[in-house]
Amino acid sequence: MNALIFLIVFPLAVSFLALVPPLSLAVRKGVGVCVNIVLCAVPIYLLVANLDQGPAYFHLESTIIDIGMLIVELFIAGYLIYISFTSKRYLTALLVIVQSVIMVSFEFTSGHGMQIEHSLFVDKFSIIMALIVGIIGSAICLYAIGYLPEYHEHYREVKDRRRYFAFLMYLFLAAMFGIVFSNNLMWLYFFWEITTVCSFLLIGYRDDEPSRESAFRALNMNLVGGVVFAIGLVNLYSSSGIMELDKLLQTDKGMVLLPAVCLAFAGLVKSAQFPFSSWLTGAMVAPTPVSALLHSSTMVKAGVYLILRVAPVMENTAAAKMLTLIGGVSFLVTALIAISQSNAKKVLAYSTISNLGLIVACAGVNTAAAVWSAILLIIFHAVAKSLLFLCVGIVEYKLDSRDIEDMDYLIMRLPKLTAVMMTGMAGMFLAPFGMIISKFITLRAFVESNPAMAIILAYGSAATIFFWTKWMGKIMSIRHGVAEVVEHRVSRWEWITLGILAVATVVVCLAFPFFSFHVINPYLLEVFGKTPVVDAFNVMMVFIIMVGLLIILPLGLLFYAFVDKNYKRVGIYLGGGNIDNITFEGAMASTQPIALKNYYLEKYFGEERLFNVGVFVSLTLMIIMFGVAVI
Amino acid sequence: MNELYALIKSLSVPERMLAFVILAPLAGGLLSGIDRKLSARLQGRYGPPVLQPFYDVMKLLRKERIIVNKFQDFPIVLFLLFTIFSGALFFAGADLLLTIFGLALAGTFFVLGGFCVSSPYSHLGAEREIIQTVAYEPMVILMAVGMYQVTGSFRVGTIAHHHAPLILYLPGVFAGFLYILTIKFRKSPFDLSMSHHAHQEIVRGITTEFSGPALALIEITHWYEVMLLLGMVYLFFAFNPWLAVVMALATYLFEIFIDMNYARFKWQLTFMSAWLFTAVAGVSNIIVLSLMR
Repeated sequence: MNALIFLIVFPLAVSFLALVPPLSLAVRKGVGVCVNIVLCAVPIYLLVANLDQGPAYFHLESTIIDIGMLIVELFIAGYLIYISFTSKRYLTALLVIVQSVIMVSFEFTSGHGMQIEHSLFVDKFSIIMALIVGIIGSAICLYAIGYLPEYHEHYREVKDRRRYFAFLMYLFLAAMFGIVFSNNLMWLYFFWEITTVCSFLLIGYRDDEPSRESAFRALNMNLVGGVVFAIGLVNLYSSSGIMELDKLLQTDKGMVLLPAVCLAFAGLVKSAQFPFSSWLTGAMVAPTPVSALLHSSTMVKAGVYLILRVAPVMENTAAAKMLTLIGGVSFLVTALIAISQSNAKKVLAYSTISNLGLIVACAGVNTAAAVWSAILLIIFHAVAKSLLFLCVGIVEYKLDSRDIEDMDYLIMRLPKLTAVMMTGMAGMFLAPFGMIISKFITLRAFVESNPAMAIILAYGSAATIFFWTKWMGKIMSIRHGVAEVVEHRVSRWEWITLGILAVATVVVCLAFPFFSFHVINPYLLEVFGKTPVVDAFNVMMVFIIMVGLLIILPLGLLFYAFVDKNYKRVGIYLGGGNIDNITFEGAMASTQPIALKNYYLEKYFGEERLFNVGVFVSLTLMIIMFGVAVI
Repeated sequence: MNELYALIKSLSVPERMLAFVILAPLAGGLLSGIDRKLSARLQGRYGPPVLQPFYDVMKLLRKERIIVNKFQDFPIVLFLLFTIFSGALFFAGADLLLTIFGLALAGTFFVLGGFCVSSPYSHLGAEREIIQTVAYEPMVILMAVGMYQVTGSFRVGTIAHHHAPLILYLPGVFAGFLYILTIKFRKSPFDLSMSHHAHQEIVRGITTEFSGPALALIEITHWYEVMLLLGMVYLFFAFNPWLAVVMALATYLFEIFIDMNYARFKWQLTFMSAWLFTAVAGVSNIIVLSLMR
């Protein structure tokens, strides 16, 4: 239990330490490294200590903590109301007031009689989440130390508030640990709201009009989720007198369906599923570490975490079917939209929503196999996506652009960074790494239970191949001649983080049998009483391909770079009118440069065309989901 | 009637893989030769000897290596390796989905090879190759899904031994598969990224910057791929092995016939028609099957 409390309190303490002014940059860096090591070590210790044990529940004398949380909640509510009035966002104020009224009246009417048996708990799934938050989250914080000075050099108009920034980042991590370890739903709710506020403040860090707009959009949507969360809690307590996660899962399912749907709704908002996707795509105005944090280890993962937790309550109901379809629609539509985007961060954002859609769909299906692949998807997505965001963040400064069309010959200009970036991309879409293993299992899970989802998956995977391959092709194109190498300006801090994440991407791929047998399977055994049967021959084949690629790729590159001399090198074919390698002789003896552009098929997959389709379809599904839960 | 089965069953898994690795290019090359001869006759030409594809590849392999960048041959080697690997998995009776994902991986390497030379013609070919991939990929996955619905397994071995004729349950899926097979065989009207016909283009799309041995590898890879795809056609008729072999050959002839009768489509039409046809034929078939169960 101490480890759990430590993981929540420690980042909290660090976040307040970050606010202390007189520390020099060197000291801050030193502290950052130490914190990073501790935050990696403790979840690993938790994993080792709990490897052979089932879930553990802990009682905590909590009256003082509850009162403290209520005060913090009211303080935050007051702050949000103040901010929304000063910037004339009355909808936000209204939502905060509604939410506070619900929670305060609930606290005063039934708070006294509430008996909480176990406030905290830990099981294998929480540990996996803690590992993700601890390792990836703290690595991103480390990256931020090297990134923010450069950010402020680049955007001189932005007010330098890096202490405040570090405070929010570590606070975010503390809240995430709180979410994954809370068994008391009131606590879960409290940490949930902290992440909402943190994301709001981080997205609005630049403090200009676009970022304020995005920040308030994120806040509004997540407050709607929060209000529904609160209603769900009130309803749960009044109908069954439960306020604990484990008890919720053991109760008669018909009675607690509505609260479960409310919680799942809050999860859908947080994980940016349709119709609430626009807050995540708007969030990219924030500095890169924020995007990386929101997309990989915090925020959106909190959403799918909660959905996966409450999904067993909804099992085999029409509500679960609707949940599956909402996930499916989000997966397919955002994968298609990603084809039409040339803004690198936007492609990443849509790909995040798409992958989360798949996880939500798996949660809706809620068989052992589906949940197995959902957890694997969470792990693989977290490492690969954080890596890609951090790479794009660096590229953005070196090239002064985040447009994919400006990334020609990137492998010549930023060779090492491009190699890291390609590792991340391979983790995202190339068989047999990461995501593809999970998709493989997901497809099996869907075929058994819901063929409609198999069809969605078939089309969606094709779209996924499209936008990743053309991006990968863009950055690995090589031309004869020299290009300016701009890599030396990447700071050591950024390299360290990228190194950690790149290694993590490869390691989780190689270690997936270990995770599967020792961490995920025991969890599934607790929840479902069985584990998915995975064909040993297939696992072996996947492994052979993976190890084969890991050996062949570096060897092959070395061979072609140094050993292979037996060739004649010529210029590219330019219709016979070559002047040099990038220009050719056009009509009237003019000199024409060549330019290579990718297809974006705006006409078919344009954002404005498809986004609304996704919103309306999923809104309908969502109304049906609540409809069947109320009846 | 079951001698073919008895023969295949008598081989161990590695032996089956080895048989594919050795026999597939021979059979694929031969089919390619027949294709050229037949196409020529249909067009009123005499045509090259049936063994011409082998002579071509031999000659290409002996040619000087002319390249535009040092790494361009590497993706092609990977393309070949992974196509062989997926094919070997398939003919060893392993998982159909694994085969499909392996084939998609191989295809991705080919596209990356086209991109990495950064030549305009090759770039355009690579873009079109991706569009083709996106056009056919849903149907390939749905084929596996359909076969699973009928046989209850993704294993090629189990599917091939299924007692009932798959074609009776999966006529729509088969029709959809035939449609995208034209794309996979690089036949008109879907030969956007590169065509097999020398008379159609001198600058050959994605392979523009590949010559000599690299081009030979691409050709050999194509033979492997053709055999693998015909193996998938075989599965639809596997209840009767001889019929299945005949149908696989008939399918190949049918694709040649289609090739002769159509001019090239634009990519828009290729893409939209492939997805729509997949939806109409494949998806409806899958839905009917799921309702029947």
